[in-house]
Amino acid sequence: MSQFAKSFLPSTRGEWSSRATFVGVAILFLFVFPAWLSDSRLDLMSSYVAYAIVALGIAIAWGNGGMLVLGQGLFFGLGAYCVAMYLALVEVGGAPNLPQFMTLLGSQETLPALWKPFNNLWFALSAAVIVPVALAATLGTLIFRSRIRGPYFAILTQALAGAFGILLIGNITLINGTNGITTSFSEIFGLKLAEPEDQKVLYTICVIALGVAFLLSRQMLKSRYGRLLLAVRDAEDRVRFLGYSATKIKVIAFATSAGLAGVAGALFVLVGPKIISPASVGIIPSITMVVWVAVGGRASLAGAIAGAILVNTAEFEISSAAPEYWLYFQGALFIGVVAFAPQGLAGAATWLKSKITSRGDSGATSTAKPVEEAA
Amino acid sequence: MSEPFLIDELLKIRGLEVDFDGFKAVDGVDLDVKVNEVHFLIGPNGAGKTTVIDCVTGMTKPTEGSIRFDDVELRGKKENSIVKMGIGRTFQTASVFEALTVEENLDLAASFRFSMLKLLRQRRGTTDAVERALEDTGLTDVRDKPAGTLSHGQKQWLEIGMLLCQDPKLLLLDEPVAGMSPEERTRTGDLIRLTAERCTVLCVEHDMDFLRRFADRVTVMDEGKILKAASTVAEVQADERVQEIYIGKGRGIEEQTQEAGA
Repeated sequence: MSQFAKSFLPSTRGEWSSRATFVGVAILFLFVFPAWLSDSRLDLMSSYVAYAIVALGIAIAWGNGGMLVLGQGLFFGLGAYCVAMYLALVEVGGAPNLPQFMTLLGSQETLPALWKPFNNLWFALSAAVIVPVALAATLGTLIFRSRIRGPYFAILTQALAGAFGILLIGNITLINGTNGITTSFSEIFGLKLAEPEDQKVLYTICVIALGVAFLLSRQMLKSRYGRLLLAVRDAEDRVRFLGYSATKIKVIAFATSAGLAGVAGALFVLVGPKIISPASVGIIPSITMVVWVAVGGRASLAGAIAGAILVNTAEFEISSAAPEYWLYFQGALFIGVVAFAPQGLAGAATWLKSKITSRGDSGATSTAKPVEEAA
Repeated sequence: MSEPFLIDELLKIRGLEVDFDGFKAVDGVDLDVKVNEVHFLIGPNGAGKTTVIDCVTGMTKPTEGSIRFDDVELRGKKENSIVKMGIGRTFQTASVFEALTVEENLDLAASFRFSMLKLLRQRRGTTDAVERALEDTGLTDVRDKPAGTLSHGQKQWLEIGMLLCQDPKLLLLDEPVAGMSPEERTRTGDLIRLTAERCTVLCVEHDMDFLRRFADRVTVMDEGKILKAASTVAEVQADERVQEIYIGKGRGIEEQTQEAGA
């Protein structure tokens, strides 16, 4: 067997167990959930899976790179709007026709230039990733080169998300302002977004996308680059004086998180509520995204996924049982995590695991691994 | 890189001036560091020694003067490109990556010339440079421990080891034995002696005993100026002005040494 092929085989007990966990979770998502959940719940689960991809990006940039990204809604929204524009055009039969809201508003005579390229599926899909990545790379280079970091960086990203929301709201004639773009009656790859059978396929696509995103992110964090990212988080000057460009290292992580948010946004408009509006991209959604990751464990990729899916499920359950209590619950959850489990669910899981193993083999090999290993 | 240097002075600083909002931290400093010497830069607190090092490494931007390394002007160059030219530095408080293991710390230092693409690959095993640094620093036993769990002394050695992995031409050490126990000092001294066999060393230090044992030449600074240009240890110790600046500020050199060593 080639060295390359061999490198995919796990070499330690820990690797075997994390591989087994991955397969187990994949089976749960790919087979158990579709069989167990109702059509509408499965469709909602698809949107949580999309959210989990945003969470992965936040775990990379914030948990590992120390950059508190409080404006992921911006990149999520860019990805979502790119695909939503395509879907809105498909719905009315393609390019020369105006999307429904334009006809209703009677605001445009012909299709605006901005919309024209989005008549092409592949353009729309690539733009959903390339636009967020390019924007984050440009902003990141400017921000990190001028050594803006910590809370200043966080506030800046938040302001960007806020500005993006305002920009969208202000552009009623171009992208339907506050109402956003509804995609329920459209289709992609011949899959009708309103059709339960097709929704199952879309759900599977979302799960596979999450799986691929997870594996790639994990590869990234396990590489030398991943170590460097932790190094930049903890001692940026030392990294710079070892001859590395700290700016480059941070820009890559920030752009990756933006790209993942873009992918998530692109998937998000295909499933669940099937609408993208300023309400899903502004400051509040951006903070909510960070809360999922804080709950799951910011340095851990698996934790980030768990956080996104569990918090959203809890939100749905609690809001449908007692709508007025969700916000209190979310607040309490966040405070609880910050106060009692700063490493979130992932930290708690590692702690539990070390307890069990130390009881099992009398503490001989129970050196509690740092949390980032929990990924 | 191993070809002999064409010039005697590896580092040549002329008329260096650093102005922090009207306060001249460094005021017209000339300094020559010769190839393969161990050059000590001493002086009371606030003399501007660390600022000089900061200027060489690009951390602080000088207002005037020139810094030539291997006959290339360093002013205006970025920190990381200065490192790639062959200048390594330590910090006053040892700066290592606490969340990473000792081995990972050394490996990152050794990989500093890798392209981003190569860095995205996973590390398999260690390089000779890393193994040698583990041996030189005596950290082989703790190679898999997070650097955050090391003692103060071990962290300093790790930091020096990281720089040795990079095979620098000039190493700038900022108070490498501050706050160390006598045994730790001796081990640090041995490590610096080893370092000096491979590269030129410019060391900022207070410890006179340490200086006596390892310095080839000494430059004394006071209030941002050169008080005594590069000379031998004996010459510096005999110099009345040098004695005066230490005693004048209420502390003798020897006294300070004992204090720091205690």
